[in-house]
Amino acid sequence: MKAMTEQYRYIGKETPRKDARDIVTGRARYIDDIKLPGMLFVRVLRSPHAHADVTRIDAARAKELPGVRAVLTHKDVPDWAWGIPKHMKVLDSKVRYVGDAVALVAADTPEIAEAALDLIEVDYEPLPAVYDVEESTEAESPPIYSQYPKNTYPSDPPVYEPKLLNGLRMGDVDKGFAEADFIAEGTCGYEIFPNPLPPEPPGVIAQWETPDCLTVHTPSQAIGFVRFIGIPFIGMAEMRAVSTQCGGSYGTKNANMTLVGYAALLARATGRPVKIYYTKEEHFHSYSLRLGSRVHAKIGMKRDGTLTAVSGQWLVNTGSGSESGPFQIAVGCGELQLVLRCANWGLDTKLVCTNRSPSGIVRGYGGQELESSILPVVSLAMEKAGLDPVEFFKKNFVKAGDGYYWREGNWWTYRGIDFSKAIDKGSEAFGWKDKWRGWGRPASVNGTRRRGVGVGVHSNADVGEDASEAQVRLTPDGRAIVHCCVSESGPGQRSSLCKMAAEVMKLPLEKVYMSPPDTQVNPFEFGLMGSRGTYAVGSAVIAAAEDARKKLLQTAAPVFKAAPEHLDTEGGVVYQIGRPEKRIPWHRITGLTRTITGEGRFDPDYSLCNFLMTFVEVEVDTETGAAELVHVVNATDCGRIISPMTLEGQLHGALGAAGLDTALFEETILDEKTGRMLNGNMVDYKWRTFSDLPEFANVILETPAPSHRFGAVGVGEIATSPGPSAVLMAVYNAIGTRIMDYPLTSDKILKALGRK
Amino acid sequence: MVIEARETETRVIRLTVNGRFHELAAGETAGAVAPADTLAHTLRETLGLTGTKIGCDQGSCGSCTVLLDGKPVLSCMTLTVECDGCEVVTIEGLEDAQTGSLHPLQQFFIEHTAFQCGFCTPGILMSAKALLDREPSPGEDAVKQALSGHYCRCISHYEVVQAVLKAAKMDESHD
Repeated sequence: MKAMTEQYRYIGKETPRKDARDIVTGRARYIDDIKLPGMLFVRVLRSPHAHADVTRIDAARAKELPGVRAVLTHKDVPDWAWGIPKHMKVLDSKVRYVGDAVALVAADTPEIAEAALDLIEVDYEPLPAVYDVEESTEAESPPIYSQYPKNTYPSDPPVYEPKLLNGLRMGDVDKGFAEADFIAEGTCGYEIFPNPLPPEPPGVIAQWETPDCLTVHTPSQAIGFVRFIGIPFIGMAEMRAVSTQCGGSYGTKNANMTLVGYAALLARATGRPVKIYYTKEEHFHSYSLRLGSRVHAKIGMKRDGTLTAVSGQWLVNTGSGSESGPFQIAVGCGELQLVLRCANWGLDTKLVCTNRSPSGIVRGYGGQELESSILPVVSLAMEKAGLDPVEFFKKNFVKAGDGYYWREGNWWTYRGIDFSKAIDKGSEAFGWKDKWRGWGRPASVNGTRRRGVGVGVHSNADVGEDASEAQVRLTPDGRAIVHCCVSESGPGQRSSLCKMAAEVMKLPLEKVYMSPPDTQVNPFEFGLMGSRGTYAVGSAVIAAAEDARKKLLQTAAPVFKAAPEHLDTEGGVVYQIGRPEKRIPWHRITGLTRTITGEGRFDPDYSLCNFLMTFVEVEVDTETGAAELVHVVNATDCGRIISPMTLEGQLHGALGAAGLDTALFEETILDEKTGRMLNGNMVDYKWRTFSDLPEFANVILETPAPSHRFGAVGVGEIATSPGPSAVLMAVYNAIGTRIMDYPLTSDKILKALGRK
Repeated sequence: MVIEARETETRVIRLTVNGRFHELAAGETAGAVAPADTLAHTLRETLGLTGTKIGCDQGSCGSCTVLLDGKPVLSCMTLTVECDGCEVVTIEGLEDAQTGSLHPLQQFFIEHTAFQCGFCTPGILMSAKALLDREPSPGEDAVKQALSGHYCRCISHYEVVQAVLKAAKMDESHD
């Protein structure tokens, strides 16, 4: 494998991230570092009730406060709505969770805006609130959205995705169960509504350039998507989206239109640029949480680990709003087939709203939620069959020739690499064979400290998700500018794409640049969603660079009196292959005033997927109930590494962003009497510190994948996903008693041990 | 006369930031340092030093860490009016002012890609600098301890610890 990488200049080599110097010197510009002339600041009046009608609202006094430029209530805003399905209004005559918006103020300073909130008079008529997914569907109280009886979103697919996957129905489930040697049934809930909580709170700056063109500055990781859904949201005016450096997103800053709506309407009302930047408190209470997930499942399995049937119901709790629930269900159902090979499926789904804070797009996107809930039930069957879970996953993970339904409802046949070797190498690095003692048995016992091991797995065929376009512009001075609408949200993708273009053009990396992330200067590119940066976006950039190279060599051919295929370019000069003495710089071929532009496009391809298996060792103190993560090994095969340290960082990300730690201590705790989140601050919401780092190794294999010329597939997004179910398994093995919900706090463990 | 002089003194906040002396008017007028202004606010909004990041604004995440008379402080929990006569170093002051060359910590953060989104990086770098200033050869545990108040959600902790240890080593070899 090494020999293959060495033929490259940059691919697989450690190169500094292009924005590294800006980041370590404080020059990187995040949303809160941007000031536009005349810019106003926003504060939002928020509901103290979980569910209530707004019976009266009077903003007259607030409007009179000097420095206040606009106050908007539900009476002043157009009928813009967003979410899937479209249901979340900018402001409404009803509030649906504690922290829901009631009125918006734009003022000269944030302090004035804050002061104005106290002057707005509101009367509420409280309504009964519901928080549990099943109770919500049975509630007799008025529905949270009048158009969704029983608080259940319609299951009709959206117009633009008519076959959107909303469950798994294939084969003959009854026949499958009849063939099973073992049948297990159970319920597991992953219903902790953790907050991915980027360090940078959400923010947006909006300005109307003309009445028909809104510019939005946003830390979005997907400004192409912001524009894509933003234009219909704002009534079909043009939307130019420009991304700033993003201080962490983990999915949550994809294209959240709530802030865009506030800023756009206040900017329209005042004729000024308007900035909204959430406080951490708002970030906790009024922004995107991970979906709640509860699965009732029945699993049929043969003695050898062959799955004969999977049936059940997946209940998804969106809280008060669904940013993309149906798509998260679709992707989750797609992903489940990649880790569980089975001929007979009967998995139904239900998307339900409650009076919790709204859910949103989060790393793991449906799949983490589904697998964290269903794999513990599958474990019950594995235990009955006496199977080692590593062997079970190795057997049932998707292999070339296997098929699956993907998000958009089509059947795909997997044509990628076999991940069995990655499983073996990971297992070896972790020492699985030594530590695995069977179900419910600890790996070691030392007084009250019992250690258990567990394993989880995840895969996503979104590596080739959605469309990407790119242009590569060659300038006569021997530089290449990659025009591709890619933001920098942490994964170093802008730098990795430069490496790909530099490799194709054989240019020094410092002579390759990315265009600014701005929808107005770049062709269409969907955004950094899932793990699509490497294969989907990379393919478009590679194709554009190859096209530019081809056009350059065609232009050079008459100069050399040789066919283009006999020419090559390197370091900004062209030469004839085999005759390197004659080297003509680009400017002598193109002239000083000509640009050569190559174009590239990638169309969706769901026939490849990525893979991650996470092995964990957890120590439980049976005296205190405390569970501590002591050892983690991630195993993957990414085809080829583009940027080694960057990839290591992404995989270490398993612990963060509402990932593995959701099994140990992360959760938002609700007071169901008031509907109020009790730990919406960074002291009470628990997070992993530098003092709590487990031993952590990443095993990364490089078996060239049939993706693009570098044979790579992205894997970063899924780092968070296998961890939770692995931890649940490890704690069971440590203490010998199963807990079927998250997180595994000490009180829950003590209760399971019969000590509380 | 004496009383008057004292009053004049209290109306001005004198700060040396990254070696540069600033005299800031104190009071409630526009542009002046208000009694409630935090040091983070003054650095970012009054002095335009936006490298210092405000994450939680509640003293819990470490993003806003700067050095106040050589000690790491949470600038979102420090009132500017309390900093009269103090010396502040922010992320913008970490490079060598004369040569523009990066501090070894910055160099090794780049080399180890010890960041992902980079939002927490300035604060972490300032705490790491304070650590190396008081303890030039810290062990791994000392580094983790010194950085334990810093929230990094991307999980770049492992790379950060390595980068800090490498920078400490390099400083050592220069001695």
